[in-house]
Amino acid sequence: MTSRLEFWQGNIASAEGALAAGCRFFGGYPITPSTEIAEHMAAKLPKRGGVFIQMEDELASIASVIGASWTGARAMTATSGPGFSLMMENIGYAAMTETPCVIVNVQRGGPSTGQPTMAAQGDMMQCRFGSHGDYAIIALCPASVQEMYDLTAKAFNLADKYRVPVFLMTDEVIGHMRERIIVPDAVEHTGRPAFVPGTLPFKPGADLVPGFPEFGKGYGTHVTGLTHDERGYPCATNPGLHAALVKRLVDKIESATQKLADFDVVNPDAEQVFIAYGAPVRTVQQVIHDHPDRKIGFLRVRTVWPFPSHALALFKNARRFIVPELNLGQIAREIERHAKVPVTSVPKLGGELHTPGELYAVWEAGA
Amino acid sequence: MRREVRFSGFGGQGIILSTVILGRAAVMYDHKYAAQTQVYGPEARGGASMSAVIIDDEAILYPEVSVPDIFVIMSQEGFEKYGATARPDAIMILDSTLVHSRPGCTFYEIPATAEAKTTLGRDIVANIVMLGALVGYTHVVSEEALKKAILDSVPKGTEALNTKAMELGIAIAGGKKQP
Repeated sequence: MTSRLEFWQGNIASAEGALAAGCRFFGGYPITPSTEIAEHMAAKLPKRGGVFIQMEDELASIASVIGASWTGARAMTATSGPGFSLMMENIGYAAMTETPCVIVNVQRGGPSTGQPTMAAQGDMMQCRFGSHGDYAIIALCPASVQEMYDLTAKAFNLADKYRVPVFLMTDEVIGHMRERIIVPDAVEHTGRPAFVPGTLPFKPGADLVPGFPEFGKGYGTHVTGLTHDERGYPCATNPGLHAALVKRLVDKIESATQKLADFDVVNPDAEQVFIAYGAPVRTVQQVIHDHPDRKIGFLRVRTVWPFPSHALALFKNARRFIVPELNLGQIAREIERHAKVPVTSVPKLGGELHTPGELYAVWEAGA
Repeated sequence: MRREVRFSGFGGQGIILSTVILGRAAVMYDHKYAAQTQVYGPEARGGASMSAVIIDDEAILYPEVSVPDIFVIMSQEGFEKYGATARPDAIMILDSTLVHSRPGCTFYEIPATAEAKTTLGRDIVANIVMLGALVGYTHVVSEEALKKAILDSVPKGTEALNTKAMELGIAIAGGKKQP
């Protein structure tokens, strides 16, 4: 088999990327604009020896994914805003129990049921901080149908390696658009950190990630959302143990920021630099294409969490970062926290992309 | 060259499928780039439906249709909502069975729904007649690519009917309507 050309919708590409990555469990509840992922998995998973379950709601959906993951299966769900909100409690449980899982959020306009059929990027902060307590996650943002495939497959590897929920934070534009895609003949499949029988199940390795003891492999492991010791037993009143555990859950991701970073740099000597992720990337690319005579900088980010703040320093002449987002400036604020020069947020709500003309006007006003 | 094609009609005519077929023809068989989008909402069920496809020789960056070069309009409401603002240099192909208005740009009248019904016996293939006419007038994809993409996309057992519908559209565009 060799790589092949297809004309696919983004959501189908995500589902196919998951299948190629070896996903064998999908638990979900259909919601626009993510439904095609569930529909495609329902059709394809059983034929590959996998399991598709339509759960009663999103609380149960993410719970089923966490359970499936503990059997060793690569497991995922897909949802959008209202469903994402319902998943928040168990996302914290997945973070606390260090359960690998992949959650696709095809973002639509919120808050509440908002705009079911229109694009948004309003859940970027919820994805990072939506469950209670301190923790860290990984979030990837595709900007094409090709990346819906590639980054979904990658999400499974990262979820396994770091034992953490990994989010594919896409949007209605990319999810519903159909484009050319080259489907590779195989995708990289790295496993979970190996568990050594006889060792403590939550004792971390040098990378701060413990080996994964799958259910049914002959040893007992206690899994709890309560603060636990390295045996996995609840120990919820020891201040030092709680502090060390939560610090490790955050550090295992944040200390890997440079390794996880996935971004492209265009015109690193530019003075005005766009920073974008997801669908707005396409508009910025068009602006650069339409104005080859202007030095327009661009930091195009695929890994949004942990945010690759070290990339900002690559633009040595930057005097302004311009951040177009389909929200009121969620990641712009994160960038502001790291940037040594002013950050201009260019928010857009309502479901349509910024036009190239709108973004060029912002750049030109500062030229 | 980037060409933006917008289809509009009412829910059930195959407006979205038409642009999926066109994009598929461009990508899979003409080896170009295409980006297909649609207005996807509850208001489109039975009401005015719109979909679009951008076709280009190079990778498509901005994926939304801003100023369409080519319109295919299959309902009066679709004309009013999505076709009336066509730029003077655009090309519009309209189903003259269903659209009463005429635009300020170059336009071609195709009685697709009437032809589909009388010549082919099934008005459901009117959108394929329009696709054939579109390609006949604009060559936005090749006829061969269009035919293959149609055959990929239509239900089994309807291949001959859809091929005839496409050929009818091409023939009308070529001014040599087949008997």
